[in-house]
Amino acid sequence: MSTTEPREEVTERRLHPVTPLRRAWAPVAVLVGWAVHDPDQAQRQLTRLTTTTLLIGLAVLIPAAALYGFLTWWFTHFAVTDTELRIRTGLLFRRTAHIRLERVQAIDVTQPLLARVAGVAKLKLDVIGTDKKDELAFLGADEARALRAELLARAAGFAPETAHEVGEAPSRQLLRVPPGVLAVSLLLTGATWGTLVAAVVVPTLLWLATHNLWTVLATALPLLGAAGASSVGRFVGEYDWTVAESPDGLRIDHGLLDRAHETVPPGRVQTVRIVEPLLWRGRGWVRVELDVAGSSNSVLLPVAPREIAESVVARVLPGVTVPARSSLSRPPRRSWRCRPLWWRGYGLVVTDAVFAARHGLLRRSLALVPHAKVQSVRLTQGPWQRVWRVADVRVDTGANKTVTARLRDADEAARLLHAQAERSRTGRRDARPDRWMA
Amino acid sequence: METGSPGDAGTAGATEAARDEPVWTGLPPGLLRMRRLLLVVWLGLCALAAGLLPGLFAGPVWAVFALLPLALMVWGWVMLERNWRSWRYAERADDLLISRGVLWREETVVPYGRMQLVEVTSGPVERHFGLASVQLHTAAAATDATIPGLDPAEAERLRDRLTELGEARSAGL
Repeated sequence: MSTTEPREEVTERRLHPVTPLRRAWAPVAVLVGWAVHDPDQAQRQLTRLTTTTLLIGLAVLIPAAALYGFLTWWFTHFAVTDTELRIRTGLLFRRTAHIRLERVQAIDVTQPLLARVAGVAKLKLDVIGTDKKDELAFLGADEARALRAELLARAAGFAPETAHEVGEAPSRQLLRVPPGVLAVSLLLTGATWGTLVAAVVVPTLLWLATHNLWTVLATALPLLGAAGASSVGRFVGEYDWTVAESPDGLRIDHGLLDRAHETVPPGRVQTVRIVEPLLWRGRGWVRVELDVAGSSNSVLLPVAPREIAESVVARVLPGVTVPARSSLSRPPRRSWRCRPLWWRGYGLVVTDAVFAARHGLLRRSLALVPHAKVQSVRLTQGPWQRVWRVADVRVDTGANKTVTARLRDADEAARLLHAQAERSRTGRRDARPDRWMA
Repeated sequence: METGSPGDAGTAGATEAARDEPVWTGLPPGLLRMRRLLLVVWLGLCALAAGLLPGLFAGPVWAVFALLPLALMVWGWVMLERNWRSWRYAERADDLLISRGVLWREETVVPYGRMQLVEVTSGPVERHFGLASVQLHTAAAATDATIPGLDPAEAERLRDRLTELGEARSAGL
């Protein structure tokens, strides 16, 4: 077979031999999907089955699934070159992905529960445009860690010969969220209670109205699922949240059952949001979210005291201090006619390093964008806003998020538009290079 | 129609201000002609249908329904010109400005270094009228920087110039 031919002395590797087991589920999943989609038909077919046909079916299906799993595993290769990660896959439809290492925005190593039992892990490089197909699933847990260290070393610009030996960069723990604090913070979140109340009230009302068990079950189960996901699911996912700092960037580890380890190299963070729900205000807690281009994870700290959160933000965005609440300038008084009540929640401050805009009255959210990350600046003004001489200024970042400073005075907004474009252009000059160790 | 006063940013000294004073360019009249023609053709057909069908089946008085699309056409004729006038762009030393909209005004600034891709597109109708649009893409999908209805030669000149400037000032994410 021509699968193992070496190209330009790049050693190609295969995934962990456990991988076919994962793929073997695919035909079963198709059957289950069909049964769920069309239950009547499935039931009719099932009653027609006798034991012998069932056994014959299984005898065909299981080897077929095993063969499929084996072949996809056999035909999937990956290789690390000086500048790229190459993934070659596909039995019938060939697919080759070359991922440039200097464009890496983040590296995720995740271990779902079953993978932890088997001692394997998934590795995914977040580059703009990569999707689920571009993850390496599965690698041995140690191999995944070694590969991550090697990829980071190469992306950082270490010489190719030494990239192997650099190994894992030392990390220093910045913060670990205690389970008690996480539990209390979830109890103090409105969404948790909202979904729980909905899951109890809606089925009860339906039962009183219809007395039909199936209708009640059909609404109660999804609602209970949502309630579980927003409380228990979040607790399990955000359990033991650890943020650490290393020369390779920020490390975020979390999870009770499924463990996830994310590494964000320096200079990749596009936006940081500091969110302050109403009920957390008394305790001085905040939640910090971040946007990295091409990455799906968006939480930096699920819950932390404000001072600690601000010191972590200062680590994530070097040279940035979170502007004090008093330094935010409010929209002019006349703008209440454009957005009654809500206008009080808006605020804006532009420092040497960041564009910071706040919104929200009960759930305050302050978004920080470093000037170097601004891709374009827009000024928008509707007819009613024109009457009251106010305008919105929008700042677009590379993570496909837009931060809006609402209801600024029209003259101020016009000045801000041009000044911000200027700052975003010059802000890039003292940004660190893509290869942060080079 | 004057759409605001996009003066300089008030950043630095007088030389900066002189350099930053944008020179606005409007769109050529081709786009207006094309849009007006499309308006007349479509609303004309609507008016014909709205006039003929009730006129034939329900009596000649009902043919006044045709006035509705006609009124819309007159209103659209004026509106299209206002909208066309509002579109303008300026190439400055370091960034491109695009300003548009009459009631909902929008002004976009894209630094050249942030451009990832410049695209010139031209549909069949546009091609018939000798028009092309230039679209700028940055790493942010929200950046909606399109200049429609340019002369193809101007569109290509703009594309080449933007690409050249973008390469010279290139910066990643």
